[in-house]
Amino acid sequence: MTLPIFTPPEDPGPSFFSLLQKVGIIEKISEKIGNNASVTHGTTIVAIRYKGGVLMAGDRRATSGHLISHRTMEKVFPADAFSGVGISGAAGPAMEMVRLFQLQLEHYEKVEGSPLSLEGKANQLSLMLKGNFPAAMQGLGVIPIFAGYEEKTDEGRLFQFDITGGRYEEKDFVATGSGSLHASTVVKLRHSSSVELSEAIDIALEALLEASEEDSATGGPDLLRGIFPVVAKIDSNGFERISDVELEGRTETIVQKILQRGNS
Amino acid sequence: MTMPMYVSPEQLMKDRADYARKGISRGRAAVACTYSEGVLLCAENPSKTLRKAGEIYDKIGFMGVGKYSEFDQLRIAGIRHADLKGYSFSRDDVDARWLANQYAQILGQYFTHEMKPLEVEMIVAEIGDSAEEDQLFHLLYDGTVMDTSSFVVIGGEAELIKDRVQENWKSGSSLKESIKLTTKALSGPDKSFSSDELEVALLSRGNGRRAFSRIEGEELNELLA
Repeated sequence: MTLPIFTPPEDPGPSFFSLLQKVGIIEKISEKIGNNASVTHGTTIVAIRYKGGVLMAGDRRATSGHLISHRTMEKVFPADAFSGVGISGAAGPAMEMVRLFQLQLEHYEKVEGSPLSLEGKANQLSLMLKGNFPAAMQGLGVIPIFAGYEEKTDEGRLFQFDITGGRYEEKDFVATGSGSLHASTVVKLRHSSSVELSEAIDIALEALLEASEEDSATGGPDLLRGIFPVVAKIDSNGFERISDVELEGRTETIVQKILQRGNS
Repeated sequence: MTMPMYVSPEQLMKDRADYARKGISRGRAAVACTYSEGVLLCAENPSKTLRKAGEIYDKIGFMGVGKYSEFDQLRIAGIRHADLKGYSFSRDDVDARWLANQYAQILGQYFTHEMKPLEVEMIVAEIGDSAEEDQLFHLLYDGTVMDTSSFVVIGGEAELIKDRVQENWKSGSSLKESIKLTTKALSGPDKSFSSDELEVALLSRGNGRRAFSRIEGEELNELLA
């Protein structure tokens, strides 16, 4: 590996992805081919806007067909200091996509001296999804959620995607993955524009719990082993994970509530 | 057939070295030094956009003086190299020594093979887990590499400024002491710099994974006071 110096017309600019292609470390992602039978899949992610920020949460289960392949998989990651990305779909390409996405943002920031705009980051992710489209058609689809803090307006922003790279900004909340239908119903019923952080965490936990009861590929909170969803807030202080201790306390309150309801 | 004019190799190298040195000494100086928490990068630079110091990787920083377009191109090449290496292997496998060697090769190649040598002088700094592991690499226009764990001065009037730093230098100083020492050395005894005329950056063990940060505005004023 020598110092990568390019002549002006060959220069890949601040894009790490173009750089990888220039030096031949990766072929275009689209050339990956697979069969989906035993590919590991990650499942339900929700993101909720609250006053001054946005919350992301994802369950911990990964499945291969009908088997549970991981109990502690993480699907919500920081993209950079002020944004996060959550993934559902084929775990291998999804994790690789997150790694590249994180690098892409950091690389740009270092080369240019200032970070990309939030919209710019969302577009980058959209382009990566577009590159993954042929693989998605073979069953290796990845559906991410991108969320971040917008400094100009002091609020959180949410972006949803589809496998073709389509990018859709959402106002209140987003859910994706196999349990998204149930999760989004819970969020929809309880969400309002004045929701505060604490309530948003409860909503997210309850949404994932309900999803886990209806969808076999979504893992519920595991009080026995102390495994809780990954929950992270993104606000003016940046990306920050909510501690397991706090999540455990909140989960127990939710469980009590269900018990009192006389389990239905 | 016309004979090409003969120039002795000694003369050729000397001319090139003179040319590079002249270009570098026209610019303003910059100092890098270790302090208790990592490495301080400090330069006289009134511009807020054309930077001399930059972030290369988690624990690696860069500073260059001379011709901006040339050292900036090398800075970007360094970032590319580091990110590629970290992506292919692991983040822990990226180190400053390797990068300094690569820079030295490029500088050496330009110096001997190209029409014009690169008019740059650079510092590659890396912090370790403890102060003993902090390292500064000093690179010259002809590809010479030197390493130290105390301080390096590059750019115009470097010798003079180096003497001023040397006079009051002690290892393990606090950030405030180090900033005062370096800015005083850069400005000389007769004047002093305001925060607008300085570019100050840190590689600090307290910054988490990405150790690089800039100190500007109010924060810098307080440290200069």
